[in-house]
Amino acid sequence: MSADKNKPLIVVLSCNWCTYAGADLAGVSRFQMPTNFRLIRTMCSARIDPELVLKAFAKGADGVIVAGCHPGDCHYISGNYRERRRIKLLEMMLKQIGISPKRFALEWISASEGQKFADTMRNFSAQIDRLGMSPIRIKLMEENERKEVAHV
Amino acid sequence: MTTTGKTDKTFGSVLVVGGGIGGIQTSLDLVEAGFKVYMVESSPAIGGVMAQLDKTFPTNDCSMCILSPKLVSCGRNQNIEIITNAEVTHVTGRPGNFKANINVYPRYVDPKLCTGCGTCMQYCPVHCISGFNEGLAGKKAIFIEFPQAIPLVATIDRNACIGCQMCENVCLAKAVKYSDKQEERTLDVGAVILAPGFEEFRPELKSEYGYGRYPNVISSIQFERVLNASGPYQGHVLRPSDGKIPKKIAWLQCIGSRDPKAGKPYCSAVCCMYATKEAIMTREHVPDIEQTIFIMDMRAVGKGFEQYYNRAQNEYGIRYIRSRIPEVMEDPVTHDLTLRYEAEDGTEKTETFDLVVLSVGLQTSEAVKKLADNLGLELSEDGFAKTDYTNPLSTSRSGIYVAGAFSGPKDIPETVAQAIGASAKAGADCAAGRATSLVEKEYPPQTDVLGEEPRIGVFICHCGINIANTVDVVDVMDYAKTLPNVIVAEHNLYTCSQDTQKLISKSIKDNNLNRVVVASCTPRTHEPLFQETLRESGLNPYLVEMANIREHCSWIHQGDPANATEKARDLVRVAVAKARMLQPLARRSLPVTQSALVIGGGAAGMNAALDIARNGYPVTLIEKTGELGGNLKYARYTNEVGDMQAYLKSLIFEATRNKLITIKTNTILGDLSGSVGSFKPVLKNTATGEKEEISAGAIVVATGANQHKPKEYLYGEDPRVLTQLEFEKKLIEGNGVKNAKSIVMIQCVGSRNDEHQYCSRICCSTAVANANLAKEENPNTEVYVLYRDIRTYGFREHYYNKAREKGVIFVRWDPDHKPEVIKHDGKLFVRVNDPVLKTTLEIPADLLILSSGVEPNPDNKDIGTILKVPINDEGFFLEAHVKLRPVDFATDGVYLAGMAYHPRMLDETLAQASAAAGRALTVISKDKLLSEAAIANVNEDICDACRICLPMCPYSAINLKNVGEKQVANVDEALCKGCGACAAACPSGAMEQLGFTTKQLASMIDAVLEEAVK
Repeated sequence: MSADKNKPLIVVLSCNWCTYAGADLAGVSRFQMPTNFRLIRTMCSARIDPELVLKAFAKGADGVIVAGCHPGDCHYISGNYRERRRIKLLEMMLKQIGISPKRFALEWISASEGQKFADTMRNFSAQIDRLGMSPIRIKLMEENERKEVAHV
Repeated sequence: MTTTGKTDKTFGSVLVVGGGIGGIQTSLDLVEAGFKVYMVESSPAIGGVMAQLDKTFPTNDCSMCILSPKLVSCGRNQNIEIITNAEVTHVTGRPGNFKANINVYPRYVDPKLCTGCGTCMQYCPVHCISGFNEGLAGKKAIFIEFPQAIPLVATIDRNACIGCQMCENVCLAKAVKYSDKQEERTLDVGAVILAPGFEEFRPELKSEYGYGRYPNVISSIQFERVLNASGPYQGHVLRPSDGKIPKKIAWLQCIGSRDPKAGKPYCSAVCCMYATKEAIMTREHVPDIEQTIFIMDMRAVGKGFEQYYNRAQNEYGIRYIRSRIPEVMEDPVTHDLTLRYEAEDGTEKTETFDLVVLSVGLQTSEAVKKLADNLGLELSEDGFAKTDYTNPLSTSRSGIYVAGAFSGPKDIPETVAQAIGASAKAGADCAAGRATSLVEKEYPPQTDVLGEEPRIGVFICHCGINIANTVDVVDVMDYAKTLPNVIVAEHNLYTCSQDTQKLISKSIKDNNLNRVVVASCTPRTHEPLFQETLRESGLNPYLVEMANIREHCSWIHQGDPANATEKARDLVRVAVAKARMLQPLARRSLPVTQSALVIGGGAAGMNAALDIARNGYPVTLIEKTGELGGNLKYARYTNEVGDMQAYLKSLIFEATRNKLITIKTNTILGDLSGSVGSFKPVLKNTATGEKEEISAGAIVVATGANQHKPKEYLYGEDPRVLTQLEFEKKLIEGNGVKNAKSIVMIQCVGSRNDEHQYCSRICCSTAVANANLAKEENPNTEVYVLYRDIRTYGFREHYYNKAREKGVIFVRWDPDHKPEVIKHDGKLFVRVNDPVLKTTLEIPADLLILSSGVEPNPDNKDIGTILKVPINDEGFFLEAHVKLRPVDFATDGVYLAGMAYHPRMLDETLAQASAAAGRALTVISKDKLLSEAAIANVNEDICDACRICLPMCPYSAINLKNVGEKQVANVDEALCKGCGACAAACPSGAMEQLGFTTKQLASMIDAVLEEAVK
């Protein structure tokens, strides 16, 4: 069995204290889930500049999840509230620039919610599967292919 | 090692018994204050009961989420030696110089070799019962009870083990050691702190409730596990009998509490709140659930508790029924449970439930009683450590201190406060040995890598078979070698093992590496280990990056090796991309003024000042009024202390006599600059207006609270209407009850109403104390206490029982039917609805005593503004974290004690005062502080001083400064915690979070998607 290169790819941006720990717990609990997400850790969800989300889409991500502690649970007192406000604006912007809001999610997953982490990845992955590859990624792939052909 | 108890040496080490939240907190603070800690825990891992809890009241914080960072801090601290599976057998010596004997029982696994990978648990054929899951789930005979366990080492339960050697054969680390033997150790310590915790009352002893016979009757601690996402049902609320989702759940309170027949006359203090929390959380799991809590009195006495109780009723529809259930009956077919009970109005009712939760009380375990016996400590008649009301952290033996539930049932914040307080007490005994036992490791000088081309070494872990069974590790290694800047890539059986550290170190030297990538497990547990390896190899510890190919890859994609390997390649590429951009980080050294300022000269302020001074550091104590004493000046008598004025006198004497304490009366805090370690408070004399700037490394806020002045019940209009304090004074002066045939007390005056939602905590106990005293003065005087709930929590229940025995009459009223005072022919009467007799009583009152509540100090707002610390909507100060940081503010270096926090009893105030002192000592006992490494950093050339970052910072760490002509943002390195909120908000890119810069994160995103678009 070989790796499935054309499967949609999901970028997860998560905080260290809750969601990363929740993902760890999902691992320890051996909850099985799709392979097509890649998690990038920051200390707090408040570090996740919406620009990073836009960058992920621009570079071809088929879906992006921003995840942090539940409101009120932030390790840095109130970082997730700040992030929640930014994400509201980002969601409006995504619509305007033509990226389906279904390709983006903001999730609160605590350190004890391994099951929720797994469920979130399964459901979101299924959702992105239904949407297929992002138009940006398809375009980037075509461009790269052209470059390669030109090279040859 | 041959020192005897007779030498004069003062040891700079402390023995902490118990690895629950109390033991953990006291250990962390002791180390910060300069002492080595031996933490002795009887079970195989630290964490205690808090590790088992699902959420915590009243904030519904996830218990494990807030606990596990503390577990890791303890585990990685080289000055805390955690000794698990052990018990203390004997302690000899005197304060400052004890010898403690301990027995360490075998765990049959070598902790130095075990990597905690858990393979043994998968292969072990023996299933036994998990104590951690309270018998609702199984575990193996070789086990790690919970994934976050510290130490993360397997243990063999030899009672269950069949000796098949399966674990020994599958353990590639060769850690299983069947021949492990019991070991005896002797420790030299300067003080002992006992925090062994409690055990739950065994509900099977109350056989009328059917626990152990009826599957759907479970204990409250079992229900915590049911609610928990990592519990036996993965967080689904199910009935044990048939796995169905219950529709109706009943909680029965006071199981093993307030029950003299069961030998438990005291109140367990926490059950009302935890049952409320469980009922609230159940609603979040099962939206259409019906929750009923059967109570005697609702005891919501803590900060935010009354509001939580109100929300439980109004928002979550939780029904509270005042009745003690005599019996639970089971339908043998459906396993449903029927409760027959007497309602408050005397009618008999029956109701059927799907699940019954028994809210079990707290008691001292036999093992802890044996410990007390081994140490020669006195226990109270209830079986808890005997302490003095005005010295709540000391046991009957000098130099041995107690924290947490061993000295009486209490919740987590009270336990944490006591634990920190005990560290200050122990520190005073060991002050002469401070910093003498700390281990400080020597490291080789750090190689300067700035400007060097990255030379990256990649180390990929098999984790035995945990990674290698799913991920093709050799393929990933070969791939890593093709990545730019990667000089060398290797694969190891266990990258975290000791011998691999040596290999990494050698590879760094041989290949001249300046960056390292480890692809193994989670950085949350293992990053410190590899950082340490880098430091030992002469590299800056922040030049390592980890790729988590176990928790986030091999373990969750077990059936899909090809895609898992592809993902592992991606994760390694992402880590290499970040590693290429890693820069050395430093924890900057900040100077510390080794003295403290205490604001407020009441019981809390004086005790905090004394504890700091006893540790050897100077304190300035300021008091707004002309004399010391605070609210204690008005107190005459409590249940526990006959003469409060004598206590106050001795306290003032001690504080004024202490040479390290400078007392300034008529003085307030006028202004403040600086930050933790180097505050510059400006003190203002209210009489002369003179101002004086002093220096202080830490500040304690102990500004107290005021008594509510009643505005009702003819107070101030009729001389027969008094507050409890005024009545107390009369009683002590001997003219309280002489001419009074009937005394009526009204509770909750100025508490639990629209004006003050909170419960004032102290009034029920005060009323009971004064009622008892009045009855002693004149047994023929009728004393009526008109109450809403009697909240004599903990051991105060004894005094309530005493009052009832003496014939004090307690009548309950509802807020809908408040008592009314009427004047008739010059006589006072109180009219109240009696819900039991279902009639309106008219009670004559020769004296009417109002139990008026506690109000926040109106000065709090101004003090809060100067200190930049918040107050809550009630007007009390708001601590950094309700559960685990009860005396801290979010701003470092400022601490809180006493009624400035919320209404408290004196013993609780004193514990908090010691705690605030203990936290202050963690700052001022050092001559320098280290900042966080991954903090915010401003590029001053780009910064436009737009101020967007200022309100982003939860710690008020950003201010503006002038650089030449222009203003720029400035990060106070002492205050920044490195969350990065400012960096994400900065519109110009001037603000960066070191270690998580925009460039680094962007390069990771690029690397994730690099292959996907090919």
